[in-house]
Amino acid sequence: MQKEYTITVYTEDRIGITNRITIIFTRRRINITSLTTSETEIPGVYKFVITVLATRELLDKVVLQIERLIEIHRAFVHEEDEVVYQELALYKVSTKALSNGNIERLIRDNHARILTIAEDYFVIEKTGHQQELLDMLKKLEPYGLIEYTKSGRVAIVKWSRRFHEHLKNLGEKQMDNLPPGVTHPEANRSGISL
Amino acid sequence: MQQKDVLPMKTEKSDKRPAPAPVSEPITGAEAVIRSLIAEGVETIFGYPGGAIMPIYDALYDFQVSGQVNHILVRHEQGATHAAQGYARSSGKTGVVFATSGPGATNLVTGLADAYMDSTPMVAITGQVAAALLGTDAFQETDVIGITMPITKWNIQVTRPEDIPGAIAKAFYIAKSGRPGPVLVDITKNAQFGKLDFQYEACEYIRSYRPKPVLNMEQVEAAAALINASKRPYILCGHGVLIADAQKELIAFAEKAGIPIASTLLGLSAVSVDHPLYVGYVGMHGNYSPNINTNECDVLIAVGMRFDDRITGDVNTYARQAKVVHIEIDEAEIHKIIKADAPVHADAKEALQALTGKIDAKDTKAWIQSFKELDKQEDEKVRHKELYPTEGELKMAEVIRLISEKTGGEAILVTDVGQHQMIASRYYGFKSPNTNITSGGMGTMGFALPAAMGAKVGKEEREVVAIIGDGCFQMTLQELGTIYQSKIGVKIVILNNNFLGMVRQWQQLFFDRRYSSTEMTNPDFVQIAKGFFIPGKKVTDRSEISDAIDEMLNTPGAYLLEVVVEKEDNVFPMVPAGAPIASIRLD
Ligand SMILES: Cc1ncc(C[n+]2csc(CCOP(=O)(O)OP(=O)(O)O)c2C)c(N)n1
Repeated sequence: MQKEYTITVYTEDRIGITNRITIIFTRRRINITSLTTSETEIPGVYKFVITVLATRELLDKVVLQIERLIEIHRAFVHEEDEVVYQELALYKVSTKALSNGNIERLIRDNHARILTIAEDYFVIEKTGHQQELLDMLKKLEPYGLIEYTKSGRVAIVKWSRRFHEHLKNLGEKQMDNLPPGVTHPEANRSGISL
Repeated sequence: MQQKDVLPMKTEKSDKRPAPAPVSEPITGAEAVIRSLIAEGVETIFGYPGGAIMPIYDALYDFQVSGQVNHILVRHEQGATHAAQGYARSSGKTGVVFATSGPGATNLVTGLADAYMDSTPMVAITGQVAAALLGTDAFQETDVIGITMPITKWNIQVTRPEDIPGAIAKAFYIAKSGRPGPVLVDITKNAQFGKLDFQYEACEYIRSYRPKPVLNMEQVEAAAALINASKRPYILCGHGVLIADAQKELIAFAEKAGIPIASTLLGLSAVSVDHPLYVGYVGMHGNYSPNINTNECDVLIAVGMRFDDRITGDVNTYARQAKVVHIEIDEAEIHKIIKADAPVHADAKEALQALTGKIDAKDTKAWIQSFKELDKQEDEKVRHKELYPTEGELKMAEVIRLISEKTGGEAILVTDVGQHQMIASRYYGFKSPNTNITSGGMGTMGFALPAAMGAKVGKEEREVVAIIGDGCFQMTLQELGTIYQSKIGVKIVILNNNFLGMVRQWQQLFFDRRYSSTEMTNPDFVQIAKGFFIPGKKVTDRSEISDAIDEMLNTPGAYLLEVVVEKEDNVFPMVPAGAPIASIRLD
């Protein structure tokens, strides 16, 4: 059954890596609904958070094809309850709305905040799950909404401790190429099974 | 013209220039490319020059003159890739290709994709416009990295001279390790001209890349338990067996428990056709008994193969009765097409060694007998009349039988794509490993002539025979020029049916005999060869064929034999595309 899944991918910092990852989804005709990427706490290691609508069975195969790429450390598929995640939305609203006392209350009650106020518009920021962000959008529409934009997903995996220890070890070993004969303690995938 | 069965560089090795001393002065990026290749033990490069790779060709000049490296000038960059594939498959080394930017690089696409599908190690080096011009649609600028991303195991663009040795070291490591594949290094012109302090260190480790999994004994135990509990175990031997050099281990494993072995198209030659446990090859045009018995075995042991759709036919009816043991180095292949009950994610050689220690001897006589009975049907309905016709036009199969007999099954057979490929794969009696070179995953027409050329360069002492259809030959026949210039002693057999035979066969069977654009009016192939100073002969009559093959094999150097064969012959057995393999047709 198709469902929304979160995929996390840990990569080296290399030009073109986004392309390499997305090609694999494209070939399987899977539509990426959002994609976020940024450096992790380990220098040189990047984390992609990708959301897709697909079946678990297919995605289990896809992550292995992603892991086959040389610059990928690991890729995982997560069920909804395995991750803590948030998205961020910005709402640009006409300044006129501010004269309506209700809007400040609306912002407060929805745990949003005003980022900036200009002469003819102001910008509200809110984080949350997609549905909450959309609900806020609906509520703001009557006040003269000018523009809405939303980020991709940012996610923390609940069980990721051992994997992050593994990544940290990598970070400490600055050497990309170990001298011949030296086996890397983490070179075996099963050694970091999670 | 006298053809020598050797390459010029190997014999004319001169001492004009001493072996390169360690470099203490800064050198150009271009020279660093050549020195890096030499450090990797590269002896032969297949390539074609052009503006964006000229500094590298200029640096090559001195090293070529001093005999440290040999360059073979092909006639088309696609030819360079297939030659490098043939070279890699016959010699076990990584094939190396040079091409210029733009059209030179785009001409590599087919060969890279082919090598990717068939897990062949190759390093392609392309010239690129200067870094400052990247992304500006400069003359002969093409996004080679973007284009080749999905068809290379890895690729990289180098824009600074100091990054060249490291990139080449990584390229060789990645191309050859784990599941091998093609790698492309695109080097901008400024990086070729710029200078660096040269130092070369081979790459042995990349922190995000684990080429060889550590053998997991639990997986081995689970596989052994399945095999020990089976009555009708069955091995499918794929290309991975040859890549892992695990032929001996495979046979020891099979012999211990009396397990019959079938081969995939690319697994051919891993097991000698004479071996009592060898039962033939599987797939669309494979043998009858191994295809039928795939759906009769109780444990299917797939080694280094990936269940291509030409093997499985309809996956929903494929080996449903069997438990599947899948030994595979690439984890992404496990469960990809066929769910494995006992996956063994490992190098084939290590896995087979470990498994052999865990399995018991068993009596499989009745099971093996069942192959023989089915085989008899194939013999009666197909094989006998194909191999020993007494009247009518020449048949492809009898030509292959004669070549097989006269070479003792010891030649390296390079086949192109089509009916002739299937017939050659079916009827050549492979005796020793790595003697079957063909385009399996891609099915690239035009593969054989350049690949045979490369195979001969990689294994000069071996007889190399290319079996090519009239259609395929005309896709890359310009490489006759390379064969002549570089004196490559390859034997070329054109099986001419004046048709794009395999497509015509499908039209006959599935499109109501509507032969849409498959008939070919052909040139005089022997005259064409003559134009390239390659001797040859055309044979149309059964009475002449044996002598003609002798003449070909006895002529030193290259030779072209054109055999006119039955126009509308078909290859059977056949599993129609997407049909269950049990529906294999004998006629
Ligand atoms: C580059 C390319 N184009 C088209 C095809 C489709 N194709 C597969 S077999 C074949 C016919 C090959 O004809 P020929 O070389 O005469 O060999 P025959 O089948 O007659 O032995 C064709 C056109 C292909 N495999 N590769």
